[in-house]
Amino acid sequence: MSEAIQSITPDRARELLAAIGHEKAREMLETMYLIRAFEEKAEELYALGKVHGTMHLSIGQEGSATGASNAVRSGYDYLLNHHRGHGHCIAWGGNVNFMMAEFLGKETGYCRGRGGSMHIADVERNNLGANGIVGGGIPIAVGVGLSIHLRQTDQVCLVIFGDGAANEGAFHESLNMASIWNLPIIYMCENNQYAMSMSVKRAFKVEHISERACAYNIPGVTVDGNDLLAVYEAISEAAERARAGEGPTLVESVTYRWRGHSKSDRQLYRTREEVKEWQARDPIPRYANRLIEAGIITQEDVQAIHDEAYQRIEDAVEFAENSPEPDVSTIMDGVYA
Amino acid sequence: MLSEKHNEKEAEGAVRELTYAEALREAMRQAMEKDDSIFLIGEDIGVYGGAFGVTAGLVDEFGPERVRDTPISEAAIAGSCIGAALTGMRPIGEIQFMDFITLSMEQLVLQAAKLRFMFGGKAKVPFVLRTPGGSGTGAAAQHSETLENWFVHVPGLKVVMPSNAYDAKGLLLSAIYDDNPVIFVEHKLLYKTKAHVPEEMYQIPLSQSHVAREGRDLTVVATSVMVQRALQAAEQLSEEGIEIEVVDPRTLSPLDDRPIIESVIKTGKALVVHEAPTTGGYGGEIVARIAASEAFDYLDAPIRRLAGLDIPIPYNRTLEYHTVPQVENIVEEARKLVRGEY
Ligand SMILES: Cc1ncc(C[n+]2csc(CCOP(=O)(O)OP(=O)(O)O)c2C)c(N)n1
Ligand SMILES: [Mg+2]
Repeated sequence: MSEAIQSITPDRARELLAAIGHEKAREMLETMYLIRAFEEKAEELYALGKVHGTMHLSIGQEGSATGASNAVRSGYDYLLNHHRGHGHCIAWGGNVNFMMAEFLGKETGYCRGRGGSMHIADVERNNLGANGIVGGGIPIAVGVGLSIHLRQTDQVCLVIFGDGAANEGAFHESLNMASIWNLPIIYMCENNQYAMSMSVKRAFKVEHISERACAYNIPGVTVDGNDLLAVYEAISEAAERARAGEGPTLVESVTYRWRGHSKSDRQLYRTREEVKEWQARDPIPRYANRLIEAGIITQEDVQAIHDEAYQRIEDAVEFAENSPEPDVSTIMDGVYA
Repeated sequence: MLSEKHNEKEAEGAVRELTYAEALREAMRQAMEKDDSIFLIGEDIGVYGGAFGVTAGLVDEFGPERVRDTPISEAAIAGSCIGAALTGMRPIGEIQFMDFITLSMEQLVLQAAKLRFMFGGKAKVPFVLRTPGGSGTGAAAQHSETLENWFVHVPGLKVVMPSNAYDAKGLLLSAIYDDNPVIFVEHKLLYKTKAHVPEEMYQIPLSQSHVAREGRDLTVVATSVMVQRALQAAEQLSEEGIEIEVVDPRTLSPLDDRPIIESVIKTGKALVVHEAPTTGGYGGEIVARIAASEAFDYLDAPIRRLAGLDIPIPYNRTLEYHTVPQVENIVEEARKLVRGEY
């Protein structure tokens, strides 16, 4: 059985921030605001009818994405993530211009407008893509881990998925293989309480998804996913184990999605009160306050960081809107190498 | 008998219209009211009402035991249908998007389809697996698949693909009462389309192809949403003096090919239209049936296929549009065939 949800004491937070360094600590706040700004803009563009298709917003989950990506060497290590993936891509160092262009289906987008919101990948930075299939990335992580092992590098693979994905059969097959072969994989389950309308209370008999780690004899931890530093610490430890050849870890990051599952969700399965309770645990001010308490930034800095992020997203929209559509004559491109 | 009744109602001006989604829901509701062995199982079909709202409200009427939400576990949804069907129940499973049926394949292809045969005919597996296929919603390559032909290739499975609300209800009721596993392929773009749907529990027999429109110049065999596009194309072509006959197989497997063959004997020309990629698609089967039949002697043009490009469905709206046949493509292809340009 795993312990209760792990959180970070103020003393431990100061220690971690000192180890992280002021510059990176501040950048992580910038990242969280950039994610929030990106997604609020995505929502707005959607409402304006500028986007065809669907999207999944991770507003409220920025601490989890940012803490995790920064605990590994994004761009050197590997990332696989899922449909609610804008935040992961940004935290991994993705370029919001290319992301916004992809969202609007433009040729300059990360996937040349072929993939869209659910399939953004940044292959040059070893971000192997979001996924439209729940659990789709989990078995791929085994292959990435195996490749790292066979190529004998010191990379790790961070694979992020939702609570819902942990109930696909592929989860079991993947964790078992990764554990018997001690592969350098960090399984991060973002438990945001729901898989569409299915609450974790109805979908799991275990209290914490991390308890499933015992079936593979690997460590399983549950952390407060709205506390960036708690996620950072857990993923850092998992990465160390992976690099030391000690195999995979299952990290459950407990968080909450503020918005509906996708564009068409009347949210009949939860109450407004519940949403409000979680909104009071907004990961962004929580982290900002830690930085202020540690004397790293001031309240004015927070405002400036906020404003800069929102401006950055305005620029991204301009880039995307001024970008060309894919040419229909290229429609057959890219099916085969 | 039924069509007489329609005419009566129409004469009275009391034509009841339902959407395709409503027609499906009504079929399930009426069947569940009559028969306790019928239950629904799938992801988000309860309080959420299904990703496309098809099961909306049913959990309020029948409760969570009979409208059962599952975790995201497509193999186990299919397996639950099979196991329950083997033991006296008549499950109706839902796979949220046809794409995800790939996660149920082993259970469907290697279990459901073969159990009866392997057991020497001593068991039956009566369930329906409903699932929406198709592109046109901007959902990109992993939420836009049209995979019916995978199942057509598996003896033991029936494959049904309704093209309008009226057929949706009648075919679903037949599928529910059929003693075999039925893959029931709906289309996202059809859910909101309306047609006259009688209130009574009528059945449209499986394996009965339907001539949706009569015409002398060309036989167009189309499935699902392409039937609607072919009918629209027919209106345009008619203005030019070209009359196409549109045949809707409705049940893709086992196929009733007589109406198709007879139609081609009449018109001497055939075009097959479907959404799935051309290569390996259902069109190949139709072309083969025609070519291998006595209709061959009556052909005065090559049999043509108009189907999806051999690419995954792109996200970009314009590319997506150009990936699958549209009304104007059918019009153009039909013109060429009728004018002897092939
Ligand atoms: C195999 C598969 N089944 C179902 C879906 C439809 N679907 C997309 S996201 C989702 C819920 C996923 O929940 P979770 O894994 O908890 O991630 P979250 O959306 O909460 O971030 C569902 C049911 C899918 N995309 N793929
Ligand atoms: Mg979830």
